[in-house]
Amino acid sequence: MEFISDIVSLLSATLRISTPLIFAAMAGLFAERSGVIDFGLEGKMLAAAFVAATGSYFLGSPWFGLLLAIVACVSLSLLHGFASVTHKGDQVVSCVAINILMIGLTTALAAAWFGQEGLTPTLNDEQRFFEITLPFADALRPVPIIGTIYSEIISGHYIFVYIAYTLVPIVYWIVFKTSFGLRLRAVGENPSAVDTAGIGVYSMRYKALMINGVLVAFAGAYLSTAINANFFREMSAGRGYLALAALIFGKWHPKTALLACLLFGFTDALQIRLQGVELPIIGVIPVQFIQALPYILTVILLAGFVGKAIAPRAIGQPYIKEG
Amino acid sequence: MKKILNIIIVSCVLVFSTSSFANKIGVIYDSGGKFDKSFNELAYKTALRVQDELGWEMVEFEAANNTQIEQGMRKVADRGATLIVGMGFAQADAVASVAPDYPDTKFVAVDVCWLEDPASNIYQACYKEHEGSFLVGMIAAMASKSGTVGFVGGMDIPLIRKFQGGYDQGARYVNPDIRVLGNMTGTTVEAWNNPTKGAELAKAQIDKGADVVYQAAGGTGIGVLQAAADAGVLGIGVDSNQNWMHPGNMLTSMLKRLDLTIFEQAEKTAAGTFESGIHILGLAEGMVGYAKEDGLVTAEMEAAVQAASKGIVNGSIAVEDWSQQ
Repeated sequence: MEFISDIVSLLSATLRISTPLIFAAMAGLFAERSGVIDFGLEGKMLAAAFVAATGSYFLGSPWFGLLLAIVACVSLSLLHGFASVTHKGDQVVSCVAINILMIGLTTALAAAWFGQEGLTPTLNDEQRFFEITLPFADALRPVPIIGTIYSEIISGHYIFVYIAYTLVPIVYWIVFKTSFGLRLRAVGENPSAVDTAGIGVYSMRYKALMINGVLVAFAGAYLSTAINANFFREMSAGRGYLALAALIFGKWHPKTALLACLLFGFTDALQIRLQGVELPIIGVIPVQFIQALPYILTVILLAGFVGKAIAPRAIGQPYIKEG
Repeated sequence: MKKILNIIIVSCVLVFSTSSFANKIGVIYDSGGKFDKSFNELAYKTALRVQDELGWEMVEFEAANNTQIEQGMRKVADRGATLIVGMGFAQADAVASVAPDYPDTKFVAVDVCWLEDPASNIYQACYKEHEGSFLVGMIAAMASKSGTVGFVGGMDIPLIRKFQGGYDQGARYVNPDIRVLGNMTGTTVEAWNNPTKGAELAKAQIDKGADVVYQAAGGTGIGVLQAAADAGVLGIGVDSNQNWMHPGNMLTSMLKRLDLTIFEQAEKTAAGTFESGIHILGLAEGMVGYAKEDGLVTAEMEAAVQAASKGIVNGSIAVEDWSQQ
């Protein structure tokens, strides 16, 4: 039984840990499919975490916090667009600027508003999201296998988790089944052809960046108003970069990007549970090795199994209208 | 020309000497941040006390990474600090290289007790965290109903294994069959500042049945205690009294009285009786312990812990130091 409850705990944690990665990867997908590199997911996630926690603290509801986080992230995405789409600046430089600016700004604002560098006040229960027990979770619990899977693994997460997993098919549908998606992909592959067809390259890229801002805001708000009860200096802790890696790893496709996010989440959840545990034959594995496991696994998979990741052809190139 | 130069020199000396009339306490914070509600914040609050009660001025430095520490410490010394407090083992090298260059400045190195001290101006304080952790381990075992308790450490270093070891031994002292789960957050300084990971580690332990979780993880610990409170199990704080953070869900806190050390050395510096040296401070000196205030320590637990505490002081209970392994 111990073994089964370990597996349940592991899978449940995988869903939880992968969630911010999924939001950020889907956000990145829109930007990158439109031909704009989004290295700034990290900074935007951090900004969203800060704004969500602050907004929720002042306005008393996490939903207001989330709304403000969306406003903040969309503004940052538009700033990125203004620098790199309208003014054709280097996209990577613009992203790095956003990342560094956000590390400093969130810390400084927390110091100015709350007198504590890099920390916002702890949110109370009304100012936070809470875990949701899905309907019939308790009733189904005694049912073997299905009951355990439903009530122990699937039920009992924050609303963000459910939004994230429903988001992926929606993103797939938008990007691959709608005319908007077709235009989006075309702008990222061959912007001059799109321009010839009479569709505005800039406006497409701006639209993609706005969607990007909305989605990445969820990742940040999840960190500061759901799992934690306050914003913490550099709390995104590299998740933005990891999400970008998952996106590339997943070849800019929602389904495979989701799998990559789940893989990162799974290895992270696994390493937590392998620490100090005696395995048959091998014995106790050193912590250092276990903590390197997700990265080792990534390198192996990336080198051996995934194959060539082909980026949208026009990625990173500002579009200059001829004539 | 010479006259003008003299005037300039004299006025400079005047300006600098007036500014250095008041004693100054310089605090160099460890990674984890000034407001970690624990280790660093305790030093900050003590410095505030020194400012208010002894009339000192305060100079602070918070390094963005470990390579800045030495530079920051020199800057604080240049700004005329009378007493510089280096927080954490990561500052050992900085203290060792800065202290000899500023023989008139006094240094308190917290968690450092192995430096040579050519200028005799370093007070090196290490604490027997394993003794304090032993006591909270006992309390944890007495409060646990499931027979499983957890420990979440920050960076995987010998110092943190001292906390873990004491806790483990204390819990087993009360209940030899207890299961003590232990996790470290990471192997880099990042591990002091990752509350989301801390929360995840705590949740994993709670899933395995832990109903008391002890953290020694700096800023990461905020996430650990939050996760414990969210799950309705008990948390144990560290370094300063963290019981106020989640009333009703905090069992106790392991106290490391670096506040007493810093304040005492400030008083001694002001009185001119500062003495350098290496000090290993434990239960016998009253420098580690546990916090009752706002916690859930019952009279019964207290009696058991008091008895064990006496045993540790007189040597009848030996608490092993896991950092030596």
